[in-house]
Amino acid sequence: MTSTTLEYALEADGLVQHFARPGREPLHVLDGLDLRVREGEFAAVLGPSGSGKSTLLNILAGLDRPGSGAVRVGGSGSVAYMPQKDLLFPWRTVEDNAILGLEVAGVKKKAAREQVAPLFEEFGLAGFEHSYPAQLSGGMRQRAALLRTVAMNRPVLLLDEPFGALDALTRTQLHLWLAETRQRHGWTIVLVTHDIREAVILADSVHVLSPRPARVTHRLEIDLPLPRTADTFALPEFARLERELLVALGTLG
Amino acid sequence: MSGSRSTSISPRAGKVLRAAWPPLLLAAVLVVGWQLLAQDGIKNPQVLPSPTRVVSAGWDQRSTIWSEALPTLRETELGFALSFALSWLIAGAMDFSATVRRAVYPLLVTSQTVPVVALAPMFVVVFGFTLLPKVLLVALATFFPLTASLAEGFATADGEASRLLRSMGAGRWREFWTVRVPGALPFFFTGLRVSITYAIGGAIFAEYAGAERGLGLYLNQMQQVFRLDLVFATVIVVAALSVALFAATYLLERWLTPWRRFERSARTQGANAA
Repeated sequence: MTSTTLEYALEADGLVQHFARPGREPLHVLDGLDLRVREGEFAAVLGPSGSGKSTLLNILAGLDRPGSGAVRVGGSGSVAYMPQKDLLFPWRTVEDNAILGLEVAGVKKKAAREQVAPLFEEFGLAGFEHSYPAQLSGGMRQRAALLRTVAMNRPVLLLDEPFGALDALTRTQLHLWLAETRQRHGWTIVLVTHDIREAVILADSVHVLSPRPARVTHRLEIDLPLPRTADTFALPEFARLERELLVALGTLG
Repeated sequence: MSGSRSTSISPRAGKVLRAAWPPLLLAAVLVVGWQLLAQDGIKNPQVLPSPTRVVSAGWDQRSTIWSEALPTLRETELGFALSFALSWLIAGAMDFSATVRRAVYPLLVTSQTVPVVALAPMFVVVFGFTLLPKVLLVALATFFPLTASLAEGFATADGEASRLLRSMGAGRWREFWTVRVPGALPFFFTGLRVSITYAIGGAIFAEYAGAERGLGLYLNQMQQVFRLDLVFATVIVVAALSVALFAATYLLERWLTPWRRFERSARTQGANAA
């Protein structure tokens, strides 16, 4: 694959998707959607519900083919996908959940365990390697699911509303943790969300989707200073960006 | 974690005691009533032997009963092994192919409507007084609950978990082993408990229809010589064996699905908090 010479870590060009509906006109979900994400960039895709975010995710994750258009991913050519629900397998320990992607890729269990071992500390899961998911709190489960995603060693992380099911306090804690952790590692992330605050505190760029059929209507650089901390929420710049995105989404008319 | 494990033992033992004493008390009352009725009411051991008589007759004949129990257990074991293998094969094939599912499921249900009473003598006619007709009858009596529960367990696998695996690059076979098999285990154990209660009964029924050894044959013979006390004693042994097998399924489940313990405690904690 010559994809290593790509300018971007992820490039989606002119994605179009229709779904056939019996007895009715086909549902037009994506209408020439473009998305470019640089290496090390944290891109948030922000859209109203029903705007075709899941359709876009399925295509980016390689689960569905677009009707037309193309997705190119640098490096190994595929993204590490973290679904909305944590989907930790209840019968696997946290450690064995974490190595799932490596196992599927053909890495031996023992080698895979050694590979993920250093990650637990950083993900706040040290000491819980041999616990079952049912023994973890909601925030820990989400971190475990993210660990599983990161452990796949793919060039781009694709996160589908990963914190949507958490309470507000835990969500904010995870936002701050993720902001710090991803900066340290330089991960390339595509985050699909409908949470404006989440997009602003985490992302380098926000891509706003139109209602269905979806296109990217606005691209906003989030030039808030790094590292993002609890103080970032208090910046006037933060409020301005939040408001700008509300307008872009059409929420303020 | 080790702390919570060690403290959970004594409430657990307490729970077992609380669950055990009502049936034990009821059984004790029934046995005492039976004893009084047999010894002071009916007074004819060929109509109703007293519990003490049943126990002492059974104890006297213990080596005979045990040696008859061994072939019965052997048939149960082989029949159950056959049924176990068949259920995984059939339910697995049904999971991989909708065509197989549509073709096989109606036949499975039909196989259950065939009365065992009619089949047992027919099996003897076809296969003779060998082990085979008993093994087949045990398998027939037990494999439907196993297959149905497994097929249901496979089918209820989380579609999103399968998608996640596919996004990792997994094929259908790995998805089956990684998601469907572990997810189906709780269903499997439910089916196992239903079918294991039929297993020994099936073997005994088959022996009734014609055998050279076994508890079914022994029951039949004792009935014919009016040794009701030994009939009762044998029935008690059969019941005890069935209960032991039933209890063993819980041990096996605990061993093979260790995570379920925490799911249960997580659920009760949630319920308590709510």
